[in-house]
Amino acid sequence: MALVLRLRKLCYVEPAVKCSSVGFQSCDDQTKNNENKDEIFNLSKVEESVSEKRRKKKKIKREAKEWSCINYCCWAIGYICTVWWLLLLLYHSLPATLPGFKVPESPGARLRREGLTALHPVVLVPGIVTGGLELWEGRSCAEGLFRKRLWGGSFTEIFKRPLCWLEHLSLHNETGLDPPGIRVRAVPGLVAADYFAPGYFVWAILIENLAKIGYEGKNLYMAAYDWRLSFQNTEIRDHALSRLKNKIELLYVTNGYKKVVVVPHSMGVIYFLHFIKWVESPPPMGGGGGAGWCAKHIKAIMNIGPAFLGVPKAVSNIFSAEGRDFAYVRAMAPGVFDSEILRLQTFEHMMRVSRTWDSIVSLLPKGGDTIWGNLDWSPEEGHNCNLGKKRNAKPSSSENNLNLSDGTKAFIEQEPVKYGRIISFGKAASELPSSQLPTLDSKELLRMGFSADFNLTCGEVWTEYDEINRESIRRVAEFNKAYTAQTLLDLLRFVAPKMMQRAEVHFSHGIADNLDDPKYAHYKYWSNPLETKLPDAPDMEIYCLYGVGIPTERSYIYKLSSSNKCNSIPFQIDSSADGESGNCLKNGVHFVDGDESVPVLSAGFMCAKGWRGRTRFNPSGIATYIREHQHKPPASLLEGRGLESGAHVDIMGNVALIEDVLRVAAGATGAELGNDRIHSDIVRMSERINLRL
Amino acid sequence: MSFLRRRKPKVSNPEPQIDEDDDEKEKRKRKQTAEKKRHKWSCIDSCCWLIGFICSTWWFLLFMYNAMPASFPQYVTEAITGPLPDPPGVKLKKEGLEAKHPVVFVPGIVTGGLELWEGHQCAEGLFRKRLWGGTFGDLYKRPLCWVEHMSLDNETGLDCPGIRIRPVSGLVAADYFAPGYFVWAVLIANLARIGYEEKTMYMAAYDWRLSFQNTEVRDQSLSRIKSNIELMVATNGGKKVVVIPHSMGALYFLHFMKWVEAPTPMGGGGGSDWCSKHIKAVMNIGGPFLGVPKAVAGLFSIEAKDIAVARSFAPGVLDKDVFGLQTLQHLMRMTRTWDSTMSMIPKGGDTIWGGLDWSPEGFYNCSAKKLKNDSPHTTGQNRKRNNGSKAGVNYGRIVSFGKHAAELHSSEIERIDFRDAIKGNNLANTSDCDVWTEYHEMGVGGVQAVADYKVYTAGSILDLLHFVAPKLMERGGAHFSHGIAENLEDPKYEHYKYWSNPLETKLPNAPDMEIYSMYGVGIPTERAYVYKLTPPAECYIPFQIDASADGGNEDSCLKGGVFSVDGDETVPILSSGFMCAKAWRGKTRFNPSGIRTYIREYDHAPPANLLEGRGTQSGAHVDILGNFALIEDVIRVAAGATGEELGGDRLHSDIFEWSEEIDLQF
Repeated sequence: MALVLRLRKLCYVEPAVKCSSVGFQSCDDQTKNNENKDEIFNLSKVEESVSEKRRKKKKIKREAKEWSCINYCCWAIGYICTVWWLLLLLYHSLPATLPGFKVPESPGARLRREGLTALHPVVLVPGIVTGGLELWEGRSCAEGLFRKRLWGGSFTEIFKRPLCWLEHLSLHNETGLDPPGIRVRAVPGLVAADYFAPGYFVWAILIENLAKIGYEGKNLYMAAYDWRLSFQNTEIRDHALSRLKNKIELLYVTNGYKKVVVVPHSMGVIYFLHFIKWVESPPPMGGGGGAGWCAKHIKAIMNIGPAFLGVPKAVSNIFSAEGRDFAYVRAMAPGVFDSEILRLQTFEHMMRVSRTWDSIVSLLPKGGDTIWGNLDWSPEEGHNCNLGKKRNAKPSSSENNLNLSDGTKAFIEQEPVKYGRIISFGKAASELPSSQLPTLDSKELLRMGFSADFNLTCGEVWTEYDEINRESIRRVAEFNKAYTAQTLLDLLRFVAPKMMQRAEVHFSHGIADNLDDPKYAHYKYWSNPLETKLPDAPDMEIYCLYGVGIPTERSYIYKLSSSNKCNSIPFQIDSSADGESGNCLKNGVHFVDGDESVPVLSAGFMCAKGWRGRTRFNPSGIATYIREHQHKPPASLLEGRGLESGAHVDIMGNVALIEDVLRVAAGATGAELGNDRIHSDIVRMSERINLRL
Repeated sequence: MSFLRRRKPKVSNPEPQIDEDDDEKEKRKRKQTAEKKRHKWSCIDSCCWLIGFICSTWWFLLFMYNAMPASFPQYVTEAITGPLPDPPGVKLKKEGLEAKHPVVFVPGIVTGGLELWEGHQCAEGLFRKRLWGGTFGDLYKRPLCWVEHMSLDNETGLDCPGIRIRPVSGLVAADYFAPGYFVWAVLIANLARIGYEEKTMYMAAYDWRLSFQNTEVRDQSLSRIKSNIELMVATNGGKKVVVIPHSMGALYFLHFMKWVEAPTPMGGGGGSDWCSKHIKAVMNIGGPFLGVPKAVAGLFSIEAKDIAVARSFAPGVLDKDVFGLQTLQHLMRMTRTWDSTMSMIPKGGDTIWGGLDWSPEGFYNCSAKKLKNDSPHTTGQNRKRNNGSKAGVNYGRIVSFGKHAAELHSSEIERIDFRDAIKGNNLANTSDCDVWTEYHEMGVGGVQAVADYKVYTAGSILDLLHFVAPKLMERGGAHFSHGIAENLEDPKYEHYKYWSNPLETKLPNAPDMEIYSMYGVGIPTERAYVYKLTPPAECYIPFQIDASADGGNEDSCLKGGVFSVDGDETVPILSSGFMCAKAWRGKTRFNPSGIRTYIREYDHAPPANLLEGRGTQSGAHVDILGNFALIEDVIRVAAGATGEELGGDRLHSDIFEWSEEIDLQF
C-alpha cells in the first residue's frame, strides 16, 4: 500500500506525461499480465513524438476505445479502494471517543462509583448453540483446521466445504458421542462464548461490566461444555462436570471462602440443574460432593432466559427442522429450499445433523398436558397478542398486573386460542373443539411404525423419514389431527426413533408423582425440574431473569409437504395459515408472550410457583425471585442490539439485567434488589396450572 | 472522493501546444478535444487504475489461494524436496502409542500472552485484548501507553494502581507467540495426534513479569496449577502428570514443587508426598536452572548481542533523542520493574560460573562445533585435541570493561573497589528527562567507579547490580536468591525466596519421579561481555557493549563484544545441563531421594530450505519446541515410557567434563 501511495504522490507532483509513464512502468515491473495495455501506452508515447495528425487522430480514437470496460473497472476499483483506505486511516486516527458524542455510562462504571467491588466469584454457563466448538481430530477433508473453530467465529468453513463441515459436527447416531476418527471439542475459557460471531456479543458485555467492578480471570469462569451432547455425556467424554466442580471449589477457596454466583443462560440453566444434582450424588454416577455441597459453595443461581420447562421451538426443530423464520422465507420464495438443483437440501442436512444432538431433546416441553395444556385448555389462554405493545409504558407490580389482565380479558375474542395443541395438522384442526377431532391412541403410532414396504429406491438414506413409509406418514397427519405436549412425545418417537431412543436414556419429560421414589436417583431425571428436588441449601437464591414483550412461538400448524420426492421432509409448517388481525396466529405459528425463544410459562413457572416457598420440588425453601425485563427495541442504530432488549440473547446486553447480576455478585440479596419485578401474566398463568406442590 | 475530484482540473490543464504548424481551425479544435480526453485519463486516473489493477490481482490471487485445496503446499514441498518424514505424532500413532499421562505445559518468560483487564484512559477499547503476544499492534499505535501498562509498580512489583494486566489462560496463552510464530503449537498438534485434547492437556499460564511467589499472591496461579493437576490425575484414572516446562518455566515449576509441599500459608499445603503422588516426570526444555548471562546484560544495559550488533552498524540511531524515542531507556525502565528477570541472573557465583582466571568451559573451542556435527558421541577425545593450541577464554569474567581487561591475567588488573564509592548526584538537569531510569540517580563518580573495577565475575555481578539497580534488587532480593546452600537443613531455606534456586533447595521426596533436561546445543550462546563507557549525555545509559571488541581470527569466541560458548542461543549448556549431569545425578544432598535424571541434547541443524520454516531439527531456544526428535521423546514419555526406554542420556556436548571441573560439595 505504501508503494502505491508513493506512486500516487509522484504522479500528483510530476507533469502529466511523465507521471503516467512512472505509473505504467512500475505497473510493468510488478505484473507481467498487462503487457497489452503497456503496448498501447508505448504506442501512445511514440505517437506523441510523431507529428502526423491523421495518424495521431486515429491512435487517439483507438486509445479511447481501449480504455473502456476493463480499464474502467480497474479504475473504479482503484478509486473505491483508495477512498476506503483513506476513510480507514481517518477512522483509525480518530480519538477513541468523539468529543461531541457522549456514550452512556456502562452499569459497571456506575456501580463502581457507588462503591461496589468484586465479592463473590462468578461462574458463567453458556447455553445451546452459543458456545464455540473446535476441531481436535478430523477426516482428511478437514486438514489444516486443527484447533480452529468449526462452530462460532466466522463460520467460513461452511461455505468452503459444507459437507465436510456437516460431517464433523454430527455425532454418532447410536451412541450420541463422537463418530470414530472425529473429535470436536468445546472451546474452553471466556473466549468460548464471549462473542458468537465477530461483533455478535453473547457474554462479552456482561464480562466487561463485571471487569469494571474488579472481576478478572481468577474470579470469573466460563463453564464451557459441548452443547451437542446429553448432559451426562459431557462428563463421560470430557469430564466437564468434574471440571466445573473442581473450578467452583477452587474459586471458593482462592477467593477467601466466598460462595460463587452462577449465571446460566438458556439451556445452561437445565445443564446447571443437572450439575447440582450430579455434584451431590454419590459416584460413580454423580460427583460425590455430598449433601450440603451446594449450600457450601453456591450463593445464588441467576438464570437468564431459563428454558426450565422446554421450548416449543425444539419440537418444530426436531419434527421438520424449521422455525418461524424458515417458514416465512418459504412462504415468500416457495421452492428455494426444496430445490434439488445444486443438491442443496439444506433442511435435510440440517435435520440429519441436529438429530444426532441429544441436547435438543432436553429442550422438549416438559410436564405434558398439566403444564402446557391439553386439547381444549392451556394456561396462557386469553392471551392477547397486542398486549405486549400496549403495555410498554406502564410500570408494574404483580398485583397491578393481575387486575389489568383481568380487565382486558373482556375484550378478547370468545374462542380462545388452543395453545395446548402444539402441533395440529391444518388450521381447522387447531380450532375445532376436541370432540370433533379424530383420535387415534398415540401408542398405536409406534405399532404401525416401520411396517414392511420400506423401499430403498432413494439410495442413500438421508433422514429417518426415509425409513418410514409414506403411507404411515400420511396416517400420522390424518388420524390424529392435533398433538399436545404429551402425545407429542409419541409422535416424535415415531418420526425420530433413533434420536428419541438414544436421548430418552438421558432425559425425561414427565412430572414426578412421588419424588422419593428411588428411581429418581437416576441421572435422566436431573435436568427436569418437575422430577427432581432442589438441594438442601436454604441460603441459596434462585433468580429467573428473562425478557417479555416479544411474540414467541408456542404452537404450530403443519401440513404435509407437497413434494413426494426422496430425501425430503414430509411435513412443513403451513405458512398460509393466518389469523385475523389481533389474532396470535401468523404464518402457521401461534405466538404468546416471551423472549422470542422461550415462552414466559417455561421461563417463569418454576420460580413463580413450582419452587415458590416450601414445595415438594423445593423442600428446603430456597428463595426464588422473578425479574422480568420488558423488551424495548433499540432506539437508534448507534445502540446496536439495544440497551433494554428483552430478546433471548440480546438480553445479555440489557442494562437493568447487568445491574442485577453485578449487585448480586457484589453481595446483594434478592430482597435488596427489590424482590419480584413482573410485567407479564406469569402469576395468573401459574395459578391455572393444576400441579400438586 | 471529493478530495480527489478537487485536484482533477489542475492536472487536466491542457499542455502547451507543441505543434506549431496548424492548418485548419476545425482540425485543431478536434485534436484538442481528443487531447483533452486523453489527458483526463492521465494522472490520478492512471494511478487509480493501477491501484485497481493491483487490488483486483490481489483479490484474485487471494481467492485462488483460498480455493486451493489445503494439502496443496505439501504436494509442492514433496515435489521439491522428496517425501517429508511423518510428523512424530503420526509416526508414533502408527506404532500404537496412545494418550496416557495428562500433560502440563509451563511456558517460559516472554512467550506467554498478557491481556488487559483494566487500564488507563489511553488504553480504551483494549479490554481483554492482548498487550503482549499476538500482533503487538498497540505497541506501534500508542507506544508510551503500552509501556506504561506493561510496567509494574516499582515499589511492590505488583500492578500499578488502576491497571490490571493478566495472563491469558488456556492453551491459547502460548501456542503461538505472534501469528505464525509457534511456541507450543507444534507440540500440541503432535500430542493431539495420539489422542490428547483439552481434558488431558493444561497450559499453566502465569504472569511471567511477576516474581514467582507473587503470581500466587495476586492471581493464585500456583493454587490453580495444583488444583488442575489434581483434577487431571483424578479424572484420568489416577495417572500421574508429565510436566513440560520451557525456559523460565523450569524455575517456576521448581518453585511450584517446593511450594505445593510446604505448609500453608506460605505454601500450598499438599503434604510431603504430593509430588510423588501426582508427577510422573518433569521434562525441562531449555531450562536455565543456573541462570543466563544474557539476563545480566539485559538488566545492566538493556542490550544483548543483537542490539550491540545493530548499534555497531548504525551508531547513534538507538540513542537518538530525536523523535523523543529513547527506546532503550523506556525498555530498561519497564523491564526493571519485572521481578522475574531476577530469577535468571547467574546462580551459584564463582563456584559455578568461574572466577577471574578459571571457568568450567575453560578451553572451549568456538570453531569446534562445526567439526563436531558428524561425530556426536565421541565428545571426550574431541576436547583434548584442542587443548594445547589455544589459551583459554576467561569466561568467568562475565562483565569486563575493555577488551584488554577481559584478557589480562588477574594479577595484572588494577581494580578499585566500587562498593563504597559514592554514587554522587547527577549534575545534569534530570528534569529534562521524561524517561526515568535509575542511572539518572547516579553521578558521574558512581559510573566511573563501576568502570574502574574492571572485571566482574558471577559473584560480584550481584553487587554490581545492587549498585546500579538498587530498587529492583531490593524488591527482587526478597523473592530470589542466587547463592549455594552450605547446609540445606538450615530452617532459613524454608523461605520461598530459595525455592527457585536448585542450589538452595532439595528436590521433593519422590523416588519414582524422573527429571529430564532437554536442550539444544551447537549454537554460539552469550556467556560474557566486554563493556565500555558511553560518552556522557543527557538521559543516557552510561554503559554499553563494546561492539568493536573482536577476537583476532575467525575461530575466536569473542565477537562484537560478546564471548560465546556452546548452547541453545540463549542458555549456555552449563546452566541447562549441570543439575541433571551432576548435582542431581544419583543421591546427592540436592536430590536426597535419588530422583533419576536424564540429559537429552539435540544438536542444532538449521532448516535445510525455506519451506521447512523454522526447522524440524533446530536446537535454538524456542525453535527446539518444533524439533521432531524432542517431540518424539516427549510423546513417548507421555504415553508411558521411562527414561531408560528412551535410551538414557543423549549427549553431543562436553557437559560431563565441564561438570567435573566444578568443585561443589554434594
